[in-house]
Amino acid sequence: MDTIILSVIVVGITGMVLGGFIAVAAKKFAVELDPRIDEVAGMLPGANCGGCGFAGCSDLAKNIVEGNAPAGRCPVCTAETVEKIAAFLGQSAEKKEKMVAVVLCSGTLSNSKMAAGYNGVLDCRSANIMNGGGKACRFGCIGFGTCTRTCKFGAIEVIDGLAVVHPELCVGCGQCAEVCPRKMIKLVPATTQVHVYCNSLEKPVLRRKKCAGACISCRKCIKAEPEKMSSQGFMVRVNYSNAPDASIVEKAQCPAKCLLTPEEHLKAVRDGIKKNEGAA
Amino acid sequence: MNSTQKVVKFRGGVHPREGKELTASKELRIAPLLEKYIVPIRQSIGAPPALCVKKGDAVKKGQRIAEPGGFVSVPLHSPTSGTVGDVVEIIGVTGAAEQAVEIIADGNDEWGSGLDPIPNWENTDRDLLKKRILDAGIVGMGGAAFPTHVKLSPPPEKHIDTLIINGAECEPFLTADHRLMLEKGEAALIGASIAAKILKVNRIFIGIEENKPDAIQKLTELAPKYKINVVPLRVRYPQGAEKQLIYELTGRKVLEGGLPMDVGCVVMNIGTAAAVHNAVVLGEPLIERITTVTGSPVADPANWLFRIGTPISKALELCGGVTTAPAKVIMGGPMMGFAQSNIDVPITKNSSGVLLMAPEEVEQFSGNPCIRCGRCVASCPMNLLIPQLSVMVEAEKFDMAEHNYVMDCMECGICAYVCPAKRPLVQHFRRAKAEILAKRRKK
Repeated sequence: MDTIILSVIVVGITGMVLGGFIAVAAKKFAVELDPRIDEVAGMLPGANCGGCGFAGCSDLAKNIVEGNAPAGRCPVCTAETVEKIAAFLGQSAEKKEKMVAVVLCSGTLSNSKMAAGYNGVLDCRSANIMNGGGKACRFGCIGFGTCTRTCKFGAIEVIDGLAVVHPELCVGCGQCAEVCPRKMIKLVPATTQVHVYCNSLEKPVLRRKKCAGACISCRKCIKAEPEKMSSQGFMVRVNYSNAPDASIVEKAQCPAKCLLTPEEHLKAVRDGIKKNEGAA
Repeated sequence: MNSTQKVVKFRGGVHPREGKELTASKELRIAPLLEKYIVPIRQSIGAPPALCVKKGDAVKKGQRIAEPGGFVSVPLHSPTSGTVGDVVEIIGVTGAAEQAVEIIADGNDEWGSGLDPIPNWENTDRDLLKKRILDAGIVGMGGAAFPTHVKLSPPPEKHIDTLIINGAECEPFLTADHRLMLEKGEAALIGASIAAKILKVNRIFIGIEENKPDAIQKLTELAPKYKINVVPLRVRYPQGAEKQLIYELTGRKVLEGGLPMDVGCVVMNIGTAAAVHNAVVLGEPLIERITTVTGSPVADPANWLFRIGTPISKALELCGGVTTAPAKVIMGGPMMGFAQSNIDVPITKNSSGVLLMAPEEVEQFSGNPCIRCGRCVASCPMNLLIPQLSVMVEAEKFDMAEHNYVMDCMECGICAYVCPAKRPLVQHFRRAKAEILAKRRKK
């Protein structure tokens, strides 16, 4: 019995002494932590995608609270969340446009001509240093899905050797654009309704030899909406600062079926049919 | 050290099928003049040169068409006389897009290099000789295309006492250096003596693999006049790799990240030595080189003296075309060469061979997981832990790969050659090196 009482006393006293140490240390070495950081971190998506450029969501929260980053820095947050964070911190939220990624390429395996067989590492960045995989076009999507594996939101799918972004899932964090070795994934305003799905800078006749889905630079779309389309050399693009609406697809009647809405593009890629049997 | 006495052997290495019998006994052929040459503007390591002619200009054979873009850069010369055509974008040897200039031949092939021969080079100033080597646009012709004038200008704190001329030609199938030693051996020896004079070096070795006894005999007869030691080397790939060659010839080890000059050596390919001779003694810039066109699908494989800018499709035509459809076209040798996706790639200053492989000679594979057999570790000449490194690269742990000396990999291809799981190891290491270099540049 004595032994038990003795041990209770010894352990009790030891506990009290050590507890005293901890109490003193907690006061003396206390780290001032802004309670707002945890609150803000709770409001952020918590995916730790890195799209903001900081080391995860809690680091961004710390920087937002400390004033090093604007409340709208997170590319993933909706406008409401940004407003909520800004209101919580007593700031005014700046209007931010939601961006989505888009792969401007029609080079599916059924559209593309292959320049060579490739049986190396199935990673776009590795393939890029070895002749860029098998496809003949060196501006288009390599199609080994490095972006798909990088996307934390499951928004990119490789269909028939071509990466396609699902805009409804994309949060615009930009990680895919970062890892793409061809730097051909573009971040565009989410409101854009149509895209020109070709990224080639080559002469149209050359690119059509390599891909049945390539833009032929006929400029019908530019004639239909001169203000809302742009071109750089042989490359035709939607003018993303003044984008046309979906009616341009009807108006322009793109002969290469390159000017499409994301839904139409997805369907064309899924069907895997050569857009123009005459080419390639 | 007695030059004929072998004291050390490098570790690892393999002995692949040589395939040299296809072309080794065939005399060098001189390629006829083409109508058009496509000369890539950047043909060496370092800054790209800047074009100094424009479309429509008349040029002479050997005339300078591009000025060097820095110290580590060389000028470019016209391969023949004619007019300058368009600047076109081509797919280069590595698969990347690059600029090339077309030279449309006029058929006269008239010299106009503006470089005077210096037959009396023994009594010429060393800096003048070095300038001549720069003016002639000479780069390392063994493969790396490092500007030779830079190699011959070691920093003053490095004491260079040995010049090594690399005639090992350990790469299977290639016999360009072999034929050069047999037919232009004297030129190569004079070139070596010029380089030795520039470096103020008295000890010159020429290392030749023992599978070329005729070349060894020929050079051994000629060499005493130039006080050069000809050293037969055991037949083992990669005998001609810089660090392995230095180790077998001098017993000196180049440490991690080091250069041959750290151990007092300068290594030069035998083809480069011959080009140095041509530049100094004959006043000819580097506009042609010997290239082996070989492989079982080639109708008449041979060694050719091609002008720089000859597309490999033309080179194959000269060899009578192909007998069977090749599965692979490789620029260079089978171990270190680059597989090509188009046959309009022009021959450049460092193209030692064009190799075609028949479908039954090419493995169609996709890499499997490592089975830890250790064959790559046993044969890696750089003592790398390849299974671990490849897994690190697959997991994208490039920092870790750097700590495990991936930068020492010279891409000799032995690991991928011996791997029973057919893992794309060289591609992994090439990727890792590219990522690490990109990161270092960013810093």
